[in-house]
Amino acid sequence: MSGALLQVEDLNVWFELEGRPELHAVQGIDFDLSQGERLGLVGESGCGKTTAILAVMGLLPPTASVAGRVRLDGDDIFEDGEDSIRPHRWRDIAMVFQGAMNAFNPVRRIVDQIVEPMELHEIAEGKAARRQAGDLLELVGISAQQATRYPHEFSGGMRQRAAIAMALACNPRVLLADEPTTALDVMIQAQVLELLGRLTEELGLALVLVTHDLPVVAQTCDRAAVMYAGKIVESGTTDDLYHSPRHPYTRLLFSATPDLYGEGDVISIPGTPPRLDREVTGCSFAPRCDVAFGPCSSVTPESLSVAPGHQARCHLNDPTMRRAS
Amino acid sequence: MSARSPLLEVENLTTHYPIPRGIVGAISGRPKQVAHAVDGVSFSLARGEMLALVGESGCGKTTTAQTVMRLVDPVAGTIRFCGDDITHLRHRDLRPLRRRMQLIYQDPYDALDPRFRVRQAVEEPLLVHHLGSRTERTERVERALERAGLAPADLFLDRYPHELSGGQRQRVAIATALVLEPELLVADEPVSMLDVSVRAEILTLLDELRRSGLGILMITHDLSTAARFADRIAVMYLGRIVEQGAAQDVVRDPRHPYTRALITVVPKRDPRDRTTPQILKGEAPNPVKVPSGCRFHPRCPEVASGRARDRGLEERCRGDDPLLREISRDHLAACHLA
Repeated sequence: MSGALLQVEDLNVWFELEGRPELHAVQGIDFDLSQGERLGLVGESGCGKTTAILAVMGLLPPTASVAGRVRLDGDDIFEDGEDSIRPHRWRDIAMVFQGAMNAFNPVRRIVDQIVEPMELHEIAEGKAARRQAGDLLELVGISAQQATRYPHEFSGGMRQRAAIAMALACNPRVLLADEPTTALDVMIQAQVLELLGRLTEELGLALVLVTHDLPVVAQTCDRAAVMYAGKIVESGTTDDLYHSPRHPYTRLLFSATPDLYGEGDVISIPGTPPRLDREVTGCSFAPRCDVAFGPCSSVTPESLSVAPGHQARCHLNDPTMRRAS
Repeated sequence: MSARSPLLEVENLTTHYPIPRGIVGAISGRPKQVAHAVDGVSFSLARGEMLALVGESGCGKTTTAQTVMRLVDPVAGTIRFCGDDITHLRHRDLRPLRRRMQLIYQDPYDALDPRFRVRQAVEEPLLVHHLGSRTERTERVERALERAGLAPADLFLDRYPHELSGGQRQRVAIATALVLEPELLVADEPVSMLDVSVRAEILTLLDELRRSGLGILMITHDLSTAARFADRIAVMYLGRIVEQGAAQDVVRDPRHPYTRALITVVPKRDPRDRTTPQILKGEAPNPVKVPSGCRFHPRCPEVASGRARDRGLEERCRGDDPLLREISRDHLAACHLA
C-alpha cells in the first residue's frame, strides 16, 4: 500500500438539503492507485461515483460535507481542507469533467484556454506556455497548427481530446476522468480510450476512469471498483470481476450488458436503488438481489477480502453468516 | 394494401437538407449547398421483424427514420407502407397513416410533459385522432399501459412523470405509442438514456411487441444491442447503407471494411477478449462533400494498406460508387472488394 500514489480512505460525503434529511451520497469508500495504473470506478447514475471524485478534487459545493483522507505520496491532502488541497489541485490531481468537450468558452481560441491554467498555476507563461500547449495538443493527437482555432471549429472527438490536453496543462500525476467517452461515437470512443491508455503508459499517469459502461472498463482498466448506493460493493482486477464476481450486483450488471457475440439472455435488474437520505438497514442491494438470504435485510455487510486484491461486500462470502442462517 | 406485401419498403430513398448560406452568401451568389443526409437507401421491414439501423452520429440513420415516417420530405425514392406508396401523400391524407406508424424517442425525460399525469399522457394521442368514447379511451389507455408492462394500470394512471423511474417513464412513452395500436414502431435510441440495469427490460419489451406482430425499426449506435435484439442489421455510413444482413451474419462475418472496423472498436465485456481495435482516423466526412467513388475510401483500411491496390481495385474504389449487392444469401455489402 505504501507504494500507492493516491490513496483514498473512508471517504464520506453528505449533502445538506434544505428542509430535508441529509443525503449520504458517498459512504466510506476506499481505493488506491499506483503510477501508470488504470482504475475503473463503475456504477449507475446516482451511485456516488462522480461525487466521490469531485470530493477528491475538493470541488464539491458548500452544501456538501466531506470526511475521510486522501493521501498523495502518503501525505493527507485533506488535513487542512481547502488550504492543503489547493496546492495539489490540477498540479498533481486533475480532472476531465463529464461533458468537458462542451464546456469550452466558445469565443476564445483553444490555445488560450489551455494556457490559462498554466499561467494561473505559474507553470509557464507567454510564448513558453503557448509552445507547451501546442505540445500537449500534439500529444492528444491534434496538430499544433490547429491550436489557434475556436472550439466550434473542432469536432466532438477533437474537443474531448482538447479537454484532456487542458486537464494535463499542469503536468498532473493523477487524472480523474468522468465519463470521458459517454457522448461519443464508438470509433471516437476508441480513439479517446487509446489516448488515455497511451498517457498512462508513456507519462506514467495514474487514471481513474469513472463510467457506467462496464465493457469500456473491462477493455481499458487493470482494476475496477463497482459502486452501488454510495458504497464500493466490489473491487478487484477486471478479470476477477468478470470471471469470478463475488457480489451479485457485479454479476447482474454484467448480465444486463449485451455483448456483441453474447449468447443467452440479457437480463435487467428489477427495482431501483434505495434513497440515500434514509438510513438503510442491512445490505442496500438486498431488495434487488436474486440470492438474498436471512441476514441481508438486517445486517449491513462489511467489505471482506475474498482473494488477494479482491474485496466484496456480501454476506455470501462470509461463512459465519451462511452458517447462522 | 395487401397482406402479403412487406410492412415497409423503402427504395432509393434520398433526403437532402439545404445548408443556409446567409444573406451575404445569397447576394454574392455563393452556390446553394445541400447535405446529403440520406443518399439512396433501400430496405424492407416485415411484420414481426426488428431491423436495426446502426451507425455513427451524422450517418443519416435518424433522418432515414424521419423520412420514412414522412416527418421530413424526401427528394427522391419511394416509401411503401403495407404496399401503398406514401411518398407523396399530402399531409391531410397522411393523418390516418400516422396512427399506424409511431415513434419512440430517445429521452423519456423529455418525451413526457411533466404536468401530465400518466393517464393524460397516454390518452392524448387518442384525443388528437378523435378516437373512442370516454370509456373506450380509458380502456385503451389501460390496455396500452399493461401491454407496455405497467400492470396493473391503475397503479400508474394518476402518477406524474417525476414519480416514475427512468425505465417506467420509457414504458409510459411506449404506451403512448401503443395506444393507437400501430403496425410500425420506430424506436430512436430507445435505451441510450437509461441506466444499464433497466435497458434490458425495455429491449425485452420491444422484443415482445415484435413477437406480437409489430414491425420495429430501431435506430441505434450500439452494435451490441443491435446484435442481440434485432433480426437484421443495416449499417449506415454517410447517408448510405453499406452492409445489411441477418444480425448474427453481419456481426460474425462482416463483409464491409467499415463494419469490420466498427466491430473491432465495440468494447467486449470480457477483459480477456481484448482485441486490437482498428481505429479509423478522423471522423466521417461532411455530408455536404461526399467523397467520389466509394464514400468510405478516404478512411478505408483496405485502401490505406494497399490491399485494394494489390487486388487491382484501388481505381474503382476511388472513382466508382459501389452498389449494395448480395454477397451471400440475404447478406448485402457495398464494397468493390467484398
